[in-house]
Amino acid sequence: MYKPKTLFEKVWDSHVVLEREGEPTLLYIDLHLVHEVTSPQAFEGLRLANRTVRRPDLTFATIDHNIPTTSDERFHIKDQIAAQQIATLRRNCAGAGIPLFDVGSGRQGIVHVIGPELGLTQPGMTVVCGDSHTSTHGAFGALAFGVGTSEVEHVLATQCVSQKKPRSMRIGISGALPDGTSSKDLILEIIRRLGTDGGTGHVIEYAGEAIRGLTMEERMTMCNMSIECGARAGMVAPDETTFAYLDGRPYAPPGEAWDKAIARWQPLATDEGAHFDKDITIDASHLAPIVTWGTNPGMSAPITATVPGPDNAQDESERNAILAALDYMGLQPGTRIEDIALDRVFIGSCTNGRLEDLRSAAKVLRGYKVHNRVTVLVVPGSEAVKQAAEREGLDSIFTEAGAQWREPGCSMCLGMNPDILAPKQRCASTSNRNFEGRQGRGARTHLVSPAVAAAAAVAGHFVDVRGWEYRK
Amino acid sequence: MEPFRSHRGIVAPLHRENIDTDQIIPKQHLKRIERTGFGTYLFSDWRYHPDGSPRHDFVLNQEHYRSATILVAGKNFGCGSSREHAAWALSEFGIRAIIAPSYADIFRINAGNNGLLLIEAAGTTVQRIAAQAQARPPYELTIDLENQTIADGDGLSERFEIEPFRRHRLLHGLDEIGMTLTHEAEIARFEAAVLRCTPSQGYSNLGTAT
Repeated sequence: MYKPKTLFEKVWDSHVVLEREGEPTLLYIDLHLVHEVTSPQAFEGLRLANRTVRRPDLTFATIDHNIPTTSDERFHIKDQIAAQQIATLRRNCAGAGIPLFDVGSGRQGIVHVIGPELGLTQPGMTVVCGDSHTSTHGAFGALAFGVGTSEVEHVLATQCVSQKKPRSMRIGISGALPDGTSSKDLILEIIRRLGTDGGTGHVIEYAGEAIRGLTMEERMTMCNMSIECGARAGMVAPDETTFAYLDGRPYAPPGEAWDKAIARWQPLATDEGAHFDKDITIDASHLAPIVTWGTNPGMSAPITATVPGPDNAQDESERNAILAALDYMGLQPGTRIEDIALDRVFIGSCTNGRLEDLRSAAKVLRGYKVHNRVTVLVVPGSEAVKQAAEREGLDSIFTEAGAQWREPGCSMCLGMNPDILAPKQRCASTSNRNFEGRQGRGARTHLVSPAVAAAAAVAGHFVDVRGWEYRK
Repeated sequence: MEPFRSHRGIVAPLHRENIDTDQIIPKQHLKRIERTGFGTYLFSDWRYHPDGSPRHDFVLNQEHYRSATILVAGKNFGCGSSREHAAWALSEFGIRAIIAPSYADIFRINAGNNGLLLIEAAGTTVQRIAAQAQARPPYELTIDLENQTIADGDGLSERFEIEPFRRHRLLHGLDEIGMTLTHEAEIARFEAAVLRCTPSQGYSNLGTAT
């Protein structure tokens, strides 16, 4: 008798190379994405052990973490150590025959933006990358997760990973997202409810009517931040929205192969009656825009709320965590979120650096000027996103409002390039992590959606974007 | 990889939960192309003032903890970024084992690949060890991986659980790639059995699944 399976189990089971009692499973990897920061030691390890790259044809590289976002400096990097890391990637890719989407190629960008937009990421695949936000690719019904550098080396050498099978969790989202909210608010709400370790050891499938109604880019934002509640991966079952997104992309199957691919992808849904280790339902219809106030992505509140205090803690350890976060963030309990004043706004990253994100921010900014105290950085997720945005004239909306329109890369999401905050500067950021020092030593990060970030840029403080007066 | 059998060392307490890898090794130190040179930057934003001088309020800068080889910390240690530099920095500093109620998934794998033992202990045990390490430094523990015990020679003697395969790898310092390459035949058979194409032809493996 056929045992009903979850989407995750279908993808997992079809990639098992070897399974032995008491050992991790050897799992085949269909797509390995590589970038400059977590790969040099892996290639070096291969060389030292006299090993080669098994499947350069299933491996693709780009430059994103280190790259400066000004048009002249991206080709003439002043930071010599960063430049060396990038030169090393170029040399390693050339040596192994790995395609590299280099700066200026028209295809460079944040690794989790270009995989989908080039059609490399496809339903039912296994995808890994030496970056925790690899979970992004799960939006296509792929099993995608971040790995460390030793595992990058392992995949280069064997095209497999050795993994213990994660448990499964379904988060069903009922209702539809209210106007003025986005999938960023939804995933921040989920992380707040689950906590930063609520998903540990699990692969999450996002399901339900609200998810079906999301675009691919919105689904990517959700899967992207699955790691922020500790989950191994996030997944959404592929549907017509997925197929329409992929159709005609450079690496999507062409012609007859496309029809065959659709036939293979269609059964990729959780079977009726399949078992999940955890099953949660969340009603999205009362969702509000969410703002983080603390130093991990679970420390957040609706925009209409106030900053919590130690009295809101469940135990001593949470109390200490709240006190440490408030101290680092320079916030007082009871302060209205809307009264928090900002110095900087960052719109970009693998979470919210895609075309729809830029459209959403531009829609808010159109006809407005950013507050004179606030510096706004808009960093498209890829060269393709940048070109598409410019074709629509989004760049003019940003620059006319007084924002800086930059070149693609990870930029201020993690500040490995020159885009960092000064100590104690406060930033509304569309990125994924508000850890201490993430955007610069002593820097204070508030995670928000692109629309909330744009509204905050104009007002100089957080505002409830649901009441925004859009201008033509 | 250096095998881990038994280890005796000084314990340093980090009274925090959710210690993320951005704290363990901040991003400004991730630009090296070698696996070495990260120990100096372990916890660097907590350990040093902006001018580079040591912060005396940070535990690893204090006299009795400077040579600590065991950390005790709150739940969800190692969350966030996948950077293995975190495991490299800890190992290079001299940390051989961590005791905490839980760990993030990727960090757990990275630690295993670098011979760093992660002990998952009950919250009460973690608190007891942290309190001892705080109250009477230098507080030493003996960790015996063979017998899965931690003991302080002064009343504390507890067994810890660890997945048998993880324990086996640590005990023998086994290289995972070497182990996987012994299954070359299975990998090749898998590749041949499922029609595997280049990306533009569409990857296809689900057609033959189950």
